[in-house]
Amino acid sequence: MGLLSDPNRRRALTKLLTRLNAPICVMCYLAGVAWFMGLAFEPFTLRTYMSENAMGSTMVEERFPAGERALATGREFAAHKKKVGGMPVDWLVKTMQSRGLEVFTQSFTRKLPFPDENKERYMVRGTNVYGILRAPRAPRTEALVLSAPCSEGNNNNQAVGLLLGLAQYFRSQIHWAKDIIFLVNEHDLIGMQAWLEGYHHTNTTGGDWSPLQGRGGSIQAALSLELSSDVITSLDLVLEGLNGQLPNLDLANLFYAFCQKIGVLCTIQGKLQRNDWDTTSGYSHAAQTMMLMVLKQASGRPWGDHGLFLRYHIEAASIRGINSFRQYKTDTTTIGRLLEGMYRKLNNLLERLHQSYFFYLMPSLSRFVSIGYYMPAFGLLAVILLLRVSFHLWDNRGFYFYLTPSSPGVLSILTPVVISHMTGVALYTLPILSQEMAVQHFPVSETEAVVLTAIAIYTAGLALPHNTHRLLQGEGTEEGWRVLKLVALLYLAVLLGCTALINFSLGFILALSLVPIAAFITPHTPKALSAAIMVLLSPGCTLLYCVFVFQELQETPVSLQDGWMLFLSVISQGILDHALYGSLVYPLLALLIYPCWLLLWNILFWK
Amino acid sequence: MAAHRCNIFMLVFVLCGLTYVFVRADIEDTNHVKDAESVAVDIAPKANIGASLRSTKTEDQTQAAEEERQWEATEVKEADRVPDTMQTPDVPPLTPAKDQFQEELVIRPLHSGDIYASFQFRTMWDTDFLRGSKVSHYRLFPKSLGQVISKFSVRELHISFTQGYWRTMQWGQPFLPSPPGAELWVWFQDTVTDVDGAWKELTNVLSGIFCASLNFIDSTNTVQPSASFKPLGLGNVTDQRFLRYAVLPREIVCTENLTPWKKLLPCGSKAGLAVLMKSEKLFHSSFHSQALHFRPVCQDWKCKSTVWELRQTLNVVFDLHTSGQGKREWSLFKMFSRTVTEACPLASSSKVYVDVTDNPQGELFELSPTTPLLSQAVVLGDRRTYSVYDLTNQATFGQTRSLNMLLRWRAAESGDMLRPLLHGERYVAGYGLQTGEIHTLMYNNHPYRAFPVLLLDTVPWYLRLYIHTLTVTSKGRDNKPSYIHYQPSKDRLRPHLLEMLVQLPPNSVTEVTMQFERALLKWTEYTPDPNHGFYVGSSVISALVPSVVAMDTNSTRECPLFSSFFPCKEESSYFMRVYTEPLLVNLPTPDFSMPYNVICLTCTVVAVGYGSLYNLLTRTFQVEEPSPGLAKRLANIIRRLRGVPLL
Repeated sequence: MGLLSDPNRRRALTKLLTRLNAPICVMCYLAGVAWFMGLAFEPFTLRTYMSENAMGSTMVEERFPAGERALATGREFAAHKKKVGGMPVDWLVKTMQSRGLEVFTQSFTRKLPFPDENKERYMVRGTNVYGILRAPRAPRTEALVLSAPCSEGNNNNQAVGLLLGLAQYFRSQIHWAKDIIFLVNEHDLIGMQAWLEGYHHTNTTGGDWSPLQGRGGSIQAALSLELSSDVITSLDLVLEGLNGQLPNLDLANLFYAFCQKIGVLCTIQGKLQRNDWDTTSGYSHAAQTMMLMVLKQASGRPWGDHGLFLRYHIEAASIRGINSFRQYKTDTTTIGRLLEGMYRKLNNLLERLHQSYFFYLMPSLSRFVSIGYYMPAFGLLAVILLLRVSFHLWDNRGFYFYLTPSSPGVLSILTPVVISHMTGVALYTLPILSQEMAVQHFPVSETEAVVLTAIAIYTAGLALPHNTHRLLQGEGTEEGWRVLKLVALLYLAVLLGCTALINFSLGFILALSLVPIAAFITPHTPKALSAAIMVLLSPGCTLLYCVFVFQELQETPVSLQDGWMLFLSVISQGILDHALYGSLVYPLLALLIYPCWLLLWNILFWK
Repeated sequence: MAAHRCNIFMLVFVLCGLTYVFVRADIEDTNHVKDAESVAVDIAPKANIGASLRSTKTEDQTQAAEEERQWEATEVKEADRVPDTMQTPDVPPLTPAKDQFQEELVIRPLHSGDIYASFQFRTMWDTDFLRGSKVSHYRLFPKSLGQVISKFSVRELHISFTQGYWRTMQWGQPFLPSPPGAELWVWFQDTVTDVDGAWKELTNVLSGIFCASLNFIDSTNTVQPSASFKPLGLGNVTDQRFLRYAVLPREIVCTENLTPWKKLLPCGSKAGLAVLMKSEKLFHSSFHSQALHFRPVCQDWKCKSTVWELRQTLNVVFDLHTSGQGKREWSLFKMFSRTVTEACPLASSSKVYVDVTDNPQGELFELSPTTPLLSQAVVLGDRRTYSVYDLTNQATFGQTRSLNMLLRWRAAESGDMLRPLLHGERYVAGYGLQTGEIHTLMYNNHPYRAFPVLLLDTVPWYLRLYIHTLTVTSKGRDNKPSYIHYQPSKDRLRPHLLEMLVQLPPNSVTEVTMQFERALLKWTEYTPDPNHGFYVGSSVISALVPSVVAMDTNSTRECPLFSSFFPCKEESSYFMRVYTEPLLVNLPTPDFSMPYNVICLTCTVVAVGYGSLYNLLTRTFQVEEPSPGLAKRLANIIRRLRGVPLL
């Protein structure tokens, strides 16, 4: 390591780094983006394979025969649902009991912080019904869960029918080694949250629910089923859960393996797999699939009812039946056989699913990008921040700045930091607190009030902090902004690094937009242009672009007007997700990322 | 202080009560065996078995008219039988009893449509191995076990192997409760000096006898409960120093454990009821439990000398839904794929009982062939009626020379079951791998009576219990236990032991919670499949439960007025033990392929980081001189040759 100890060579290195700093940074940025886009290219990715031996080599035969009867049960369920105008609790209890399950119910109430306009709910009151199939000669230590939501309207009746059909069929089998819990949850995720918190006797978000009576030990895996038509063309697998957590890849492999075996079309992100990876359209298809996954993961919200299981270290996925205008149709019996096969194999598990990957991206169902492959893309972006730190730390001769006695006072650095964070706290707390006041004074609904307050505080933050340090100490010094920039750079690097470890997608998207401005912002750049660029690359605008890109990738492009409305609803959903399920994206953005961006904004207007 | 002493008195009182009940049951028990007239059922050793046939007869007269025929028939039959049994040489009423063997099978149709079959085999061993006389002659008692028991001076031994969990809320109370996995508890004679050594050897020997992993019992899972496990046989030594209790919740029970168990029977599986024990069928069930209980009992009603009793029990619950056909009917053949053709020739009594309490007029199910013999007994606090098939009587087998009872349900839905008065549940709360909370729920379903229960919790050392977080609440209020015995764990040496005497208010749920922290194990201490999780054994709830018969005061059942004013003392409460589920807990598990990566990483970090830091710290920095001129260099060469210091 002569590089560090030999002053000559060290000086050469620092000289190189300081002189070529800007070009190296640009190169790193472009390399990072290129690396990321390359991940979707098939030769660079790995083929999925089953790691868990207990699920791989053992063959199971699927014999579920009663698809038609399951559909009939589904229709009966629909009729009762319509009659009761909600969850037909009594009917479900009776039906499950007659199928030989131990049946329990759980009631819950939840008052949302403000009305949810997407799903039109505010005071939620509901009941979960679940039946436990007790495995013969098993001591109630392990369980599997199959759930189907009881949705409004005519949705998911077939799923409940199939669930009951499978329950009846599974009950007559002798080979179960784990209890199987059949759960019908009302009010989708709110019901699921109530059930899971009841099962684990925790209360993280302050809901109100009755305690559970029956349990089956530690849950090993869970599947959530969504099915709204009698026949389907394909099954879609949804993996993204709360805070961007993903289930073990073996669960996805299992689903894919059985789809292949039984001959069901399967998709991920609603996209079929293509074999023409060497053509441009093939590559762009894979890239789109992967980008969709990245955007969904970055949102940090559960994309299906399975999403909340992941917090409890339960591997879970949602399976969604899709009926499009394709010729090739699959009937309910086949889906039943597929689920039977999956549960038989999960039942064979001797350990928790742990062999395969927990951090991955999927450009298609049969290909995955592991953490070792995608992390360099983020690393290349993050290294820019460190390069800039070195640039501001060393002068051209390789000596440290700021060892001079004219260092700026702590106060002049601390003031903008504190004020930015206060603005962040205001952004986090005020929208919900001030909704009543806003509704009284302006002609808006509660939801609009919350969202518009959030945007107002966000915008007001731009005006507030950049003048503050002058109140205390008069003119800011040249060294003042340099120290502040160093602090901001290190802060951002730590922040993004930690975020990317937990939720790669979120970290990467934030890095894409924040790293360029963090790298090149100084008080000496042209003010108007820089300010425009900074605003365009601020976290809020990034969210707006993400909304448009997401719609574009889903092949449902929206106009500017609709996009704006969508943007508003995404903000309200983010706040709701945080309040209801404990999603961390909103507090992360409001309390940490936004203040960090404000620090950079402060530097731009340093005087 | 006074209150504390008071609590101890209370505990002692309860314990005495328990012991009294057991001894009492045994005495009565023995009486009934001797009494040839009586067919009272001796099913649960812990239950108070009271009702003799005589009291039954008095009640008979008040029974409804249609029942009269049945009961009369019983009497007639009974009258016939008396001379019969007098003639049989197997049961000499008062000869100085040698070894004896009895076998019986109880079949209880359950309300869920399932069926519960319980075998009991009792071998009496009239010997005195304690006095130092070496026993070498074995008649009915298994020699393999006899030798072990005399070698280790065992006074009582209870061992059970269970596959599955008894579903109290659906099936009611079992005759003999047992926890999932293997359970072993032993009382040694007070002459044993090295109890721990004897226990260690005994577990290893038993492990060989039963082909089970009992050798995994060591000090980390053995406890000495102070109150929960009192001797069930004669004798009043209650010093817990001679007691050892261990549970292996992970033990899997299969045919390899059944075969050695069957070999202990005098007839093996060749004749008698043991013919029915075909492992293929026994393990095609919802619940399977086999147990062995060894204890001293009275020889006769005077109780002047003791004999040793070996009771082998096997409990199975067959599931209606997985049994194939959708028909709601059971027969011996359908359950065991065998029928009974003869009694064990060595057995002094051999009977099959079918619980017909809920079916007095045959409206619930139909039983064929019918038997005229009925018997009544108070089992687990409830008065039950049984149809009795006496296998020593050739008439039982009829023309076909085989007995294949058929039980066909009439009603599609069987009526509601009386809720069990006591049951327990347990689960782990919380998420993440750092802390957690154990919740134990105890339900008292009695409408108006409170009763005390003893809760025994054994938790392995790697769950570090925070005993200060122990809370006991019922009906939302703090419920202070009147007695707590807590022994903290020692890492890698012994488990936590917690015993509490808690009063359960009527119609309530009592919740016991305790937080714990998950310990980090050494990497060799992980099981081969650490990601499966670690087991925590069931907690044990022992209680004297108010009996259902006593609860029945406001004349739901027709009975003579004079008999129902004071609740009968013997029947007012009965002993019961309930086991909760075992727990499966995940501990922080390292990725075992990681050490290699960690070694590589650590070496790199040490080499790069430490090396360069060390280099920087030890090197002296000097200001570099511009390179000297030619003349100076030449001069230096010369000076070096001369050996003088350089310029």
